Amino acid sequence: MTDRIHPLLAVFAGLVFLFLVGPLVIMIGASLSDTNFLTFPPRGLTLHWFTHIFEVTAFKTTAITSLELAFAGTFLSLLFGIPAAYALNRFRVELPSWLSTVYVLPILIPEIVFGFSLMKSVTIDSGFPVWLTLLIGHALLVLPYSVRVVSASLAAFDFSIEEAAISLGSPPLKTFFTIVLPNIRAGVIAAFILAFITSINDVSVSLFLTGPGISTLPIQILAYMEQFFDPTMAAVSVLLMLLTVGVMAIVEATLGLTFLTK
Amino acid sequence: MNTMRKWNLSLPAALAVVLLLVVPVVATFTTTFTQPQGAFAPYLAFFNSGFRRTVLWRTVEVALITTVLSLVIGFLTAYVISKVPGKAKSVMIIAAVFPLLTGVVVRSFAWMIILGKNGILNDFLIWTGLIDAPLAMLYTEGAVIVAMVYLFVPLMILTLVGVLDNIPKDVIEASISLGASPASTFRQVILPLSVPGLIVGAVLVFTGSFTSYATPQLLGGERQMMMGTFLYQRAMVTFDWVGASTVAAIMVVVTIAIVLVMGRIARKLNPMAV
Repeated sequence: MTDRIHPLLAVFAGLVFLFLVGPLVIMIGASLSDTNFLTFPPRGLTLHWFTHIFEVTAFKTTAITSLELAFAGTFLSLLFGIPAAYALNRFRVELPSWLSTVYVLPILIPEIVFGFSLMKSVTIDSGFPVWLTLLIGHALLVLPYSVRVVSASLAAFDFSIEEAAISLGSPPLKTFFTIVLPNIRAGVIAAFILAFITSINDVSVSLFLTGPGISTLPIQILAYMEQFFDPTMAAVSVLLMLLTVGVMAIVEATLGLTFLTK
Repeated sequence: MNTMRKWNLSLPAALAVVLLLVVPVVATFTTTFTQPQGAFAPYLAFFNSGFRRTVLWRTVEVALITTVLSLVIGFLTAYVISKVPGKAKSVMIIAAVFPLLTGVVVRSFAWMIILGKNGILNDFLIWTGLIDAPLAMLYTEGAVIVAMVYLFVPLMILTLVGVLDNIPKDVIEASISLGASPASTFRQVILPLSVPGLIVGAVLVFTGSFTSYATPQLLGGERQMMMGTFLYQRAMVTFDWVGASTVAAIMVVVTIAIVLVMGRIARKLNPMAV
């Protein structure tokens, strides 16, 4: 096979990568500027804006809320999603085919519509506390990832191994944890990462579910930006990028980044 | 025993989706049909308002342009990535994944720094002497489109690299050994085989940009109101919940229509399915 790439195409791809990475580099530069407005290249270098983040208590409290939500929401989605994915594969012929569509509805319905409807029906009409609705929103938002990614790795699992264990007297639940789960570990980790990232970056669902008492980091950033336009925002963004780098390192170490293209 | 087990395991998640997603969304739909002024009154009000029609049309336009640009840029880049050898390929995939894992707010914000009145692009253009006074680039439709393309190109690249990697090498080799030039191999073999993936990508980008909130809010502002920002404004600024529900219903209908129509086209065009 000829692997030569037309030079024009190579130049084009180079420009695309410049387009992809450039804005993030600019953001890092702007976060280090010692001016009190956003500029690039930075005039003088300072880490002042990074320390300023920690002086704004709203950032700290919302960052904690975001992390708690992402962990709890992802955990709930796996708690409900793994059994569902298991049932979809184990009882493939016996379960109705529309069932798998139900699990991906949170992706199919526009997030902002989902958030708005949750606020109206669950918080206001049913009187659920705001934090609970927010948690429900995040858990449902990421459920499709849990079901689909775990389901994909269960599709490659040979259920006769499980049957062998059970026929040799191992109880079903124990069999699941000792036989099935270790075999789909990669899928569970992948689902966790995708769900976590989706939750922590979410704007559209949280938008209607946050209020004066409780907010998430992305919503807080949006609110801050409407009032101030200083390098603090760039510094917060850079910290979030570092979090992304951390997640990518975990992905690379556990699954290899190429799993994302599958 | 299996009868019980299959339902015990599959129903909790399904019930959660039905009770906490389907029921609330249906309730939103219902409010738009149960108004005292008549079943379709909120929709008539929507389509009779020139401003609201503009918002809908702008959203469709921005989503379409974003989809086409992301398709072209994403496909050509994915094609290059699929052809480069191992090490360089993973570096390129990392560069594409990184923005994807970074939040929408962060990525839209980056474009505010670039396109702002005292932003980098204006500074640069003034420095080169091309313009004398800063251009108003922020809060334009163009700004929203650029940021959205930025948002969705990585998604398109990742989707299409997967598709291109799955094209059997034999097919491409056969085409070349039968005398086709690389250009006609691309046109007649690789492109048709990528159509299903291109359609999946197009659906993701169109629905994603059609329903987005953060990007139009940050880069379009009040002046370039889109469906997402309009829904928020109706609900949380003017407390016109029927109006907001109408916007929500229109968004769902458009999204589902696009998914169904494109899915049908994909099945028709899939050369593997013949």
